[in-house]
Amino acid sequence: MPELGRAALVVAFGLVVYAALAGGYAAFRGRRRLLESATNALFAAFGSVAVAALVLLAALARHDFSFSYVASHTSRELPLGYTLSAFWGGQQGSLLLWLLVLTGMGSAAVLLNRRLVRGVIPWTVPILGGIASFFALLLVFVASPFGTQVAPADGAGLNPSLQNPYMLAHPPLLYLGYVGLTIPFAFAMGALASGRADERWIVATRRWTLASWTFLGFAILLGAKWAYEEVGWGGWYAWDPVENAALMPWLVATAYLHSVMVQEKKNMLRVWNAVLVAGAFCLSLFGTFLTRSGVINSIHSFTQSSIGAWFLGFIAVVAAASTALILYRLPLLRSRTRLESLVSREAAFLYNNLFLVALALTVLWGVIYPLVSEAVRGVAVTVGAPYYDFFAIAFGLPLVLLMGVGPLIAWRRASLRALGRSLLWPAGVALAVGVMLLAAGAGSSPPGLVGYTFAAFVLAAIVLEFVRGTRARHALGAGSWVGAFTSLIGRNRRRYGGYVVHAAIVLLLVGAVGIGGFGTTREAKVSAGQTMQVGDYTLTYLGSEQRRAANAVEVRARLAVARGGNELGTILAGKNRYLAEQQTSNEVAIRSDWLRAEDLFVIADQFNTDGSVFLKVLINPLVNLIWLAGMLFVAGSLITMWPDAREQRRLARRFVEEGALARA
Amino acid sequence: MEIFAVVLGALLAVACVAFVARPFLAEPETADDRLAGLTPVEQERLQLAEQRDRALAALKELEFDHRTGKIADADYGELVGPLRREAAEALQALEPVRASAPAPVERVDAPA
Repeated sequence: MPELGRAALVVAFGLVVYAALAGGYAAFRGRRRLLESATNALFAAFGSVAVAALVLLAALARHDFSFSYVASHTSRELPLGYTLSAFWGGQQGSLLLWLLVLTGMGSAAVLLNRRLVRGVIPWTVPILGGIASFFALLLVFVASPFGTQVAPADGAGLNPSLQNPYMLAHPPLLYLGYVGLTIPFAFAMGALASGRADERWIVATRRWTLASWTFLGFAILLGAKWAYEEVGWGGWYAWDPVENAALMPWLVATAYLHSVMVQEKKNMLRVWNAVLVAGAFCLSLFGTFLTRSGVINSIHSFTQSSIGAWFLGFIAVVAAASTALILYRLPLLRSRTRLESLVSREAAFLYNNLFLVALALTVLWGVIYPLVSEAVRGVAVTVGAPYYDFFAIAFGLPLVLLMGVGPLIAWRRASLRALGRSLLWPAGVALAVGVMLLAAGAGSSPPGLVGYTFAAFVLAAIVLEFVRGTRARHALGAGSWVGAFTSLIGRNRRRYGGYVVHAAIVLLLVGAVGIGGFGTTREAKVSAGQTMQVGDYTLTYLGSEQRRAANAVEVRARLAVARGGNELGTILAGKNRYLAEQQTSNEVAIRSDWLRAEDLFVIADQFNTDGSVFLKVLINPLVNLIWLAGMLFVAGSLITMWPDAREQRRLARRFVEEGALARA
Repeated sequence: MEIFAVVLGALLAVACVAFVARPFLAEPETADDRLAGLTPVEQERLQLAEQRDRALAALKELEFDHRTGKIADADYGELVGPLRREAAEALQALEPVRASAPAPVERVDAPA
């Protein structure tokens, strides 16, 4: 019943516009009941959007091809999981998901924080309502998922590239990350609009920011895993514009998560943090624009549409309004505290921020340069991997070094002598690892050698931090060594969870350098019975086979794999020809060896009529560490986000104080 | 089916409007419809509470960094004094309010 879906969206549109206008008026004039009414409108909008989402999901599940959206993105033979994932497979559905997540997260954030930041909520509600109004407007007037037609016998099917298990999780997680960045933005701008100089909004949004950042980071890795398996060129990250679209807000949000600690501890960088929050949100909008507008050519972009101009206009409005608000509140934001020393933790955070933001801006320029070039000079250009690789190394290596040095420096100021003592062990370990790697022949890739040496330095610094911290806790009478270790983490989850995240980034670096600097590739045409040698692997082509799957014809080359005379079994590499979609996809064979931490990666590029097959075979060393890093990243983030009873007690004390203040 | 969908849509709209209007329906007349906010003086006090918490947290961190060897004895000696003074000043400025405050509660809504 598309009418119900359309009605629910119209109702939602009315509600969020009301939340924006009535909420704004209530905040401006200080009207309590009107604000409560506007807040209720935001909650009700979530319910209404949920009804629209259910209507679309039901239509997908029932293969109701009278919905144009369902007919365009599914077919009768498409398995149920992928049929439901078509919800976010197309533009209209993904906009609906944006609005659903936005109204849901916004309502939850307002509901959970209404006591903690009650002075900020009056402006947060209309800001959330305003942002939701834009998406509701698009869904009602420009890109409705509830358009109807005379139902065809079958649908057009889902893009084969999207028929991958990782695509069931990657887009929703990405959207949770993108949309989640709305929460710190709305609260930060709410605090500025209401003239609040305190840091309640930071406390209120800390976990929302961390969760969004984690979703975004994990989604980027899931997207990389999808590209590795599905796109099948043998790599994991290609600096594709849509990949970069998610990376940019993640980098800026990473900078914010570090610099906000300086604000909390030293009451510094207040303007900078407001800029970072607004920048991360604008970049998340820009990321959605890149993915959904069809303005760029990308393996991840599945749509061509007319919503690009709407998005650009909205991004311009958000950027201009945020800038104006920050400038208007500059006197309020100016900090009286100054940096005491260039050798201090806060200085390290500042350097880290500069490199992160420089990297994000460099990536942004690489993404928009082709668009600018085409618009200004009429010449289409492509910014390739060498550009990004250069800056990733130039800014990335100092960042890695700072990950090791930063935790060893004290807040406020540290003497060079104390710092030297702290750095002695990590530097010694890094030097030893570098020499050993050089002796093992790792000098064939100088950036790889430097990367591994830096990685060893950071890991040694992290271990040293845990050791010294545990020893100090033990000396303070925290019981057994295990007790001292757990109490160390429990008493400062943000710090030690952060170190786990740093370890994950190091693992990712080791994996990325492994696959990028020390991989092996061979290509050959083989006939049945012929063998092919790649590194110490021997592949024997046993012949090809074909079978009919639910929605595709699968052609596979069967290959026997052996290493050092030992049979390791057979693998299948080939192609799928999707019938409804009339498209073909590469289906690579991947044999992971976790003990050697390497993948044997086989692409059957071409099946010839004479029975031979053209194979491209890669040995990707240490690539599995990248996926392992993803799990460690989530674990570290969870430690960081875990509720802290002592922090709650401290906040409770402040509640009491504020209550007393209000009565005084 | 179409009629059914339209009726459901209308019911949804009515329910939403009723929910949005609830604050006015539940409280048609009110003596005080103003939003409760902090005065500039109260805001300043709140910032003092933050300053106190910041100074106390910095003191704890300084102690821990000293214990783990990140801070030399000389630096510790120079830094600990101003931090203690900062915390004491904030505590002193907050004293009249603290005296009138009720006993600390044990639990509040977890900040999200």
